[in-house]
Amino acid sequence: MERVYLKEEGLPFCKGCGHTTISENTDKALQKLGIPLLDVILVTDIGCHGIIDKSFKMHTVHGLHGRSVALATGISAGLSNPDKKVIVFIGDGGVTIGIQHLINAAHRNFNMTVVIHNNMLYGMTGGQPSEFTPQGFKTPTLPDGAGEKASDICAIISAAGASYVSRVIGIGDLSDHLAEAFAKPGFSLVEVMEICPSYGVKSNPGMKLSKVVQEAGLEIRVYADRNIPGPELLSESKFKSLFTGKIDIPVTHVSSLKSTVRIQVAGSAGEGVQSAAEYFAAAAIASGLNATKKGSYPVTVGIGFSASDVIISPDPILYTGSPVPDYLIITSDDGLAYAKGALAAMKEGTVYIDSSLPVPETKASVVTYAFREFAGSRNAALVGFLYLLKEAALYPYEALESRVAGRIGKTIG
Amino acid sequence: MAQRIIFTDSSRLMVEAAVQAGADVFIGYPITPANLLYYYSSQRFPVFMAAPDEITTLQLMSGYAATGKVPVTATSFPGYALMIESINMAYMMELPMVIILVQRLGPATGTATMGAQGDLNVVTGTISGGMAIPVISVSDPADAWELTAKAVEVAVKLRTPVVLLTSKEEVMTQFGLDPDELAPIQKVERKVYESDEPFFPYKAGENKVPLFLGVDTSRHQVRFTASTHDTRGIIQNSGAEALGNSIRLHEKITENLDSYTCYSYDMQEGAKALIVSYGITAQAAREAVAQLRNDGESVALLIPQTLYPIPNLYFDIMSRYPRVVIAEENLTGQYRHLLFGVNAPAGVTGVNAFGKMITPAQIKSEVLDHGKSIS
Repeated sequence: MERVYLKEEGLPFCKGCGHTTISENTDKALQKLGIPLLDVILVTDIGCHGIIDKSFKMHTVHGLHGRSVALATGISAGLSNPDKKVIVFIGDGGVTIGIQHLINAAHRNFNMTVVIHNNMLYGMTGGQPSEFTPQGFKTPTLPDGAGEKASDICAIISAAGASYVSRVIGIGDLSDHLAEAFAKPGFSLVEVMEICPSYGVKSNPGMKLSKVVQEAGLEIRVYADRNIPGPELLSESKFKSLFTGKIDIPVTHVSSLKSTVRIQVAGSAGEGVQSAAEYFAAAAIASGLNATKKGSYPVTVGIGFSASDVIISPDPILYTGSPVPDYLIITSDDGLAYAKGALAAMKEGTVYIDSSLPVPETKASVVTYAFREFAGSRNAALVGFLYLLKEAALYPYEALESRVAGRIGKTIG
Repeated sequence: MAQRIIFTDSSRLMVEAAVQAGADVFIGYPITPANLLYYYSSQRFPVFMAAPDEITTLQLMSGYAATGKVPVTATSFPGYALMIESINMAYMMELPMVIILVQRLGPATGTATMGAQGDLNVVTGTISGGMAIPVISVSDPADAWELTAKAVEVAVKLRTPVVLLTSKEEVMTQFGLDPDELAPIQKVERKVYESDEPFFPYKAGENKVPLFLGVDTSRHQVRFTASTHDTRGIIQNSGAEALGNSIRLHEKITENLDSYTCYSYDMQEGAKALIVSYGITAQAAREAVAQLRNDGESVALLIPQTLYPIPNLYFDIMSRYPRVVIAEENLTGQYRHLLFGVNAPAGVTGVNAFGKMITPAQIKSEVLDHGKSIS
């Protein structure tokens, strides 16, 4: 058969290498299916098989060791066109380092065919064993033979949900096997068993490939034939600008604040600290001020302290670090522990603390109020901010109250 | 038109700007403090994909880019470290993409919820061989908008990965903003190879950048290759053409630097001291400058936004001042070392911090007390 996808020149592999068989049969299989040359994208990995690119006439992509399947997944998703044929050539070494990519691509059933060139060792680097070296199989670095059973990639990928999986012996005409996999929708995989003429044959003289495979318990058969179409990924965006929606804050009030004020609120997770600080900052903006807000909390957001720093100012706010606050609102034990630093640093200003907590030592003035009792612990921080506005008149109380009216239901007096 | 204010954060600005500039795919793996970028992207990008890890993230981005898309991701140091080999691959394949690196406190997993500016060395050293990769740094909300668009433009025009550097405090702090006052963003125009003549995927075009063709084309064979390759994209050991091709990758970044040199320079007549700062610390520097001037001191401010490659212009500006104070939130002064080596000339000092933000007061004190803490 004349070559269509391969150039006429000789292939770059050692004499007797199964890689040559795979490349020639790939050409033959593609011809049988009649796929146009430039509808085929071959993605190769690192390993002897990866030097084949130059011999092929279709699109070729040559990436990193073990990552070819992930790269091909991006290509397949980017094309989002089942008429294009993405083929991955990878060795057993590449599968060893990049097995997650195969599992992920099979699980999500991306349109592609992965052809594993499994010669049971790393041929390019001197014949080291891979996860796919059968027990007892010798390599130059394992003269007594591998100690563990070889992994069964067909079983693994079949379990992951691939559309089609098969294992074949890489001798003779493989074109029908390959054509069958190439023609399947979704993710297909063919594991081609080979023996490396340079390291495998020399380390295991007289051994027959089919016997090695059989003794390794690796069955020559179709593992999965599910015929599931791959995902469709590209479509016109259904999304609009992130600036639309209910996020505008109309300016409805006026503040007479003359300089920058820093407020820290410290309470417990689950008690509305972050949303209260956000309401307070938004209400400052609704009063014509500038405002910034940031949160502090442990990575487990549902337990422990929750604190927030809010800065409000008639001027643009540049530095948003939290040095010493002018006002500190403490609504819980967790908050009191968190605010230790701020309490020590405050030389003036006011601390508003829930009346259930001990009065802390600080040079700031301390005011107690039943923030937790007033409208429940979930609203303690919000009540703290409302109380602050009553006391300190930073901007009109109504600007905040009107935003949260439904949550408190009564006026702080 | 009446003022329209939203209370938001720079993550939202960056995602909106990236899409408006022409980025069309976001691939993400969750990591604090980059999760807002991930979330907004899921609500805005035409294509959004959750990756199972950061190596896969970069591989998926590269695959998409090979089909003509412009992908973006957002990560922090632990994720960036995993991406490095694949960023080298994308650099070698000349694939456009933007990696938003939200810095947090290290080493290792460090403190995920604390900001930092500690990743400059790893970012500028990303590409093996000492080759340059564009590193653009955001210093305020306006930058988050404009420089994100710029990063997309540089990635597409120079066909390269671009790192957009920011930090936790910048992308997670909320502020009020009128979106109608943001400068309009033009979608980046992309040139592709249109000729019927044979296509050489790595033949230098204008500005040493080859014209792009994706593997979706049916007109020419396209090759993308991570290993050393000639202009056809065929692997070569170390022939002159192939080595020249690798060197061109560096040259296209450095020789086109003028097209993406972004900085802000605030001069003052008679100033003897120049504050240099970038990223989150630039805001403290701006405030320090305002306070110093208010106190009658003369002081100038340089905020490099294009951090790397380093434009010569920065050295020209710094050479005009006998005193240069470089403020950045890392232990040792990474940008100071990039600018001057470990042995900075007399007159150049740093303000540094680890695990806390640098305050305007620290910068002021270094300017006023210059020389006492040369490190």
